[in-house]
Amino acid sequence: MLTLDKLYVNYGAIKALKSISCHVEEGEIVALIGANGAGKTTILNAISGIVPTLSGTVTFLGENITAIPPHEIVKRGISQVPEGRRVFANMSVLENLEMGAYIRNDKDAILEDIEKVFVRFPRLLERKKQLAKTLSGGEQQMLAMGRALMSRPKLLLLDEPSMGLAPMLVAQIFAIIQEINASGTTIMLVEQNANMALSIANRAYVLETGEVVLQGPAAELAANPDVRKAYLGE
Amino acid sequence: MFFQQLINGIALGSTYALIALGYTMVYGIITLINFAHGEIYMVGAFVGLFATAVLKVNVFVAMLISMTVCIVLGVLIERIAYRPLRKSSRLSALISAIGVSIFLSTLAQMLFGANAKGYPEGVFPVKQITIGSAEISTLQLLIIAVSAALMIALEFIVHKTKIGKAMRATSEDYNTAALMGINVNMVISFTFALGSALAAAGGVLVGLLFNAVSFNMGLMAGLKAFAAAVLGGIGSIPGAMLGGLLLGVTEVAGVAIGFSSYRDAIAFAILVLVLLVKPTGLLGRKIQKKV
Repeated sequence: MLTLDKLYVNYGAIKALKSISCHVEEGEIVALIGANGAGKTTILNAISGIVPTLSGTVTFLGENITAIPPHEIVKRGISQVPEGRRVFANMSVLENLEMGAYIRNDKDAILEDIEKVFVRFPRLLERKKQLAKTLSGGEQQMLAMGRALMSRPKLLLLDEPSMGLAPMLVAQIFAIIQEINASGTTIMLVEQNANMALSIANRAYVLETGEVVLQGPAAELAANPDVRKAYLGE
Repeated sequence: MFFQQLINGIALGSTYALIALGYTMVYGIITLINFAHGEIYMVGAFVGLFATAVLKVNVFVAMLISMTVCIVLGVLIERIAYRPLRKSSRLSALISAIGVSIFLSTLAQMLFGANAKGYPEGVFPVKQITIGSAEISTLQLLIIAVSAALMIALEFIVHKTKIGKAMRATSEDYNTAALMGINVNMVISFTFALGSALAAAGGVLVGLLFNAVSFNMGLMAGLKAFAAAVLGGIGSIPGAMLGGLLLGVTEVAGVAIGFSSYRDAIAFAILVLVLLVKPTGLLGRKIQKKV
């Protein structure tokens, strides 16, 4: 479904990504794990077209999308929940969801999808008219995920969904990620919480300073002594 | 007397507010002080003059023509002078804006000469209406009514339409807006279009009010409107409206109590005072660093 081939990204003199190659197949949950600064977020932003690539290609559903502007990439079916949630703080919950559906013009179906988000995240329904900045961290994460689903993505990119959340909420968010996947959305997940990520992913890539150092089925990686030592706190 | 001066102040302040909105909206989205904005207002005044004097249309049609021309001008300026510099330092775009400003005012001087020109007589029938002790001209009422209507329309666009909501989203978080599928370049063009239309209307109204249109009128009006935008809190739309009105009323009050030679200084004195006490302006949000 999605293939990254020898992708390079520089931030000025800093080499953020060095020949990243990876792929995501339809229906999968693929996790990218690694320490801070390993290039996980950069990979998602390169896919979404937010950061320019130096060389290499991103192919989605057979189309080269490397040089396409971000809003066109959303139209192709890739949606991102950015790191730190990035809800529109001074807009209401409802308006945030409307922005998620920006590329769509089917009014009635949009309203139905908003209802679906409220079914999935009942807390958001209670706070429908509130400004997003008044929500708690967990609620903001729910809003960011609901917002990203509003474009009806084929592939959902999730950047650190567990960041700053209490363990109980993390479990809840991950259960929802599995639900979203089960209802037909392919997922690429970036996480520092490697334990959680490997527990729900089909496959995973381990990144270090802009390079893929390990890859394989998530269960296999979770059993790998090096991974356990470096990322699972053993 | 008080009521009279209040109306005078509100009429003047409305025109400041119309121009200030353009500064504040553009700043809100791309954090650029569009120093060419005052010149768009000047061009608006000249187009209005041309429409009434040469095409002989009425004031409202002239205003529409002027707004249309300035929309095109504002969008073009952004395309040519700012967009190529979007990824470079903010100072480059600012210098580019000053360049555009000098270019437009010099061009106007070459085309129309250095002397101020007046709108043709009787283009808007000015009558004095007496309310209590105050004498209000129909022109002042026109200015207040048109400004109010435009600002209500703007509030509607920004809060109720899809493109308006996209504007607010883009101004809050540029990259995340793009992740929503919002064409950020289109939103920026739209913002310049809105701001330029308001400035054009302001130009025509001020041209009528002072009956003087000149190549350098954009400079002082632009600076004062900028002061009004900063006073209200740059980036805030209600802030620009409030700042404009406050500035107009204070300026008129200052003149009324005898400081007429300090007329222009009053605006900037208020600006300095407010910024000393509240650096983000009256309705400004806490400054968030955009990443």
